[in-house]
Amino acid sequence: MGEETQASMQDMPDWSAYRGVMIVIEQRAGTAKKVSWQLLGEGRKLADKLEVDLLAVVIGHEVAHLAEEAIGYGADRVYCCDSSELKDYRTRPYSRVVLKIIHDVKPEIVLFGATATGRDLAGAIATHLPTGLTADCTILDVEPHPSRLLLASRPAFSEKMLATILCKQYRPQMATARAGVFEALPFDPLRGGQILPVPSQMSEAEIDAQVLRFMEATDHFNLEEAEVIVAGGRGLNGPEPFKLLEELAEALGGVVGASRAAVDAGWIDHKHQVGQTGYTVRPKLYIAVGISGAVQHLVGMQNSDLIIAINRDRDAPIFKVANYGIVGDLFQIVPALVQAVQEKKKVPGGRVQPEPQEVAE
Amino acid sequence: MLHIVVCVKQVPDSREIRIDPKTNTLIRQGVPAIANFYDMHGLEEALRIKERHGAVITVVCMGPPPAEKSLKQCISLGADRAVLVTDRGFAGADTLATSYVLGLTIAKVAAEFGAVDIVFCGKQTLDGDTGQVGPGVACRLDLEQLTYVYKVESIDRANNRITVHRLLEDGVEVISTRMPVLITALKEMNTVRRAPLPGMIKAATYKPVIWTTQDFPGLDRSKIGLKGSPTIVAKTWVPEQKHVDTEMVEGQTPREQADILVEKLWATELPGKFGWHLKQEV
Repeated sequence: MGEETQASMQDMPDWSAYRGVMIVIEQRAGTAKKVSWQLLGEGRKLADKLEVDLLAVVIGHEVAHLAEEAIGYGADRVYCCDSSELKDYRTRPYSRVVLKIIHDVKPEIVLFGATATGRDLAGAIATHLPTGLTADCTILDVEPHPSRLLLASRPAFSEKMLATILCKQYRPQMATARAGVFEALPFDPLRGGQILPVPSQMSEAEIDAQVLRFMEATDHFNLEEAEVIVAGGRGLNGPEPFKLLEELAEALGGVVGASRAAVDAGWIDHKHQVGQTGYTVRPKLYIAVGISGAVQHLVGMQNSDLIIAINRDRDAPIFKVANYGIVGDLFQIVPALVQAVQEKKKVPGGRVQPEPQEVAE
Repeated sequence: MLHIVVCVKQVPDSREIRIDPKTNTLIRQGVPAIANFYDMHGLEEALRIKERHGAVITVVCMGPPPAEKSLKQCISLGADRAVLVTDRGFAGADTLATSYVLGLTIAKVAAEFGAVDIVFCGKQTLDGDTGQVGPGVACRLDLEQLTYVYKVESIDRANNRITVHRLLEDGVEVISTRMPVLITALKEMNTVRRAPLPGMIKAATYKPVIWTTQDFPGLDRSKIGLKGSPTIVAKTWVPEQKHVDTEMVEGQTPREQADILVEKLWATELPGKFGWHLKQEV
């Protein structure tokens, strides 16, 4: 690695004017997206390794509290642009603000959530600067001083490979990073930091785009952010049995997923689909019911923390990635599980995490 | 008449790419080259606008000569004109270099064939998966940018405005802006039609307009191809298949299996983390 760094340094310009790791916080109506706090958590590690400040950018209207929250989640300095025309995200007024901050502050790294808004904003900014932008990263690291390179790794070729991408000739180094991959720091309300106001860069009259309305997803369904997923496949044999899965998901505070076979058969909407051509998920708990485990499905869920598979066929490939397996009839096992979970939840003695005890002085 | 440009990329169908388990390298042989399907949803929407409002559709593609295949497919579906931008100098481009060349190409299309009102791109490509080229092209041409669009609600020719629905993680945004505009298309936008026979006949003999580096007098060679690409792929690897020791839960009855499994589940950090039994305790 040492030699590699030496070689990589030779063709790099002097970037000593660029210091700091910057996270662009995404919010709607004054509530930050989870991915933003997750990126502050990861950004904290990168900033500590580079021995620089962790910076955050908060843009919106009446968002001063988010600047405070960003400090509680690990930021040292927050650049906050609060103005009525910034209430809703719109590409031009938001990108002008971020560009202004980047020009003035010169961070060496800028990270965004790989959401629709994050990708929209990052794509515009990277082209404006210009600089390199790596999409949808799942692993972030930095080489220590002197190269200070961001090692931005992301899935490639439909998740079959990972690629590490570098940007040597331009600053800042930019990347969008996937939700649900990195961990937020525990919120610390006593953490200190600096909040710096930034003026808006466009007046309402200069902005062509008008957000007419926003229809919030009523079911708040978000497979990618779910921490518990109960997914069904071909073994369900129809749309009705998904109700059983819903019951189990509800008992565990999760959502229902599906294999491509179930979606293609029209049993459930595409937004539930896990795997290639669907969503890649990594929940804390993934229960695969009646899913044989085709490669296309496995690539979308095999990084879940704990996997339980329920299938009739003992040789189904899904068992290869499962921590626990049950061979049997899902129509009997799933209802039994719902009942067992509900009864267990009523037992206070289960195994409750003890409250952290305050040490008496 | 509206002038709509549709950006199309010909890509290896990455869904068909397999990893050689012995060498951990990609098996590219026999992988079909297809038109990036998100782009085709952009073309389909352009065709529907053409049917409703009247429009001329120009399809542009940057890629090697075989990409002509995808352009012919677009012609067969009803595009009026196709431009292939092809040159070894363009090869190895990342999203920044690609948006530079596509920006120049669309500016040239506008200069030669008439001002452009709408540019369609796919939400992302199958092989790159970045979604960055659309915003990049919008930035190069100083167009309004509407990404992740799944419905064009209305086009107001008199006021030169367009209203669309964008599909975001947390809901649907209805947004209106002035044209010219760049739209990135989701596959939920429409169902791509099949080529009619007359279209297929037209496409069989159709020759796309070919532009090389020679055709762009103001071209900055430091901004194209590998040289113009700030991002460098340092390494690729196949993630190790997580080795899992699967524990099969055996039992006499489904209920017994369920109970054993729930005990295992409750022995993890999950119940504490999710507060599965806190509700009853408080």
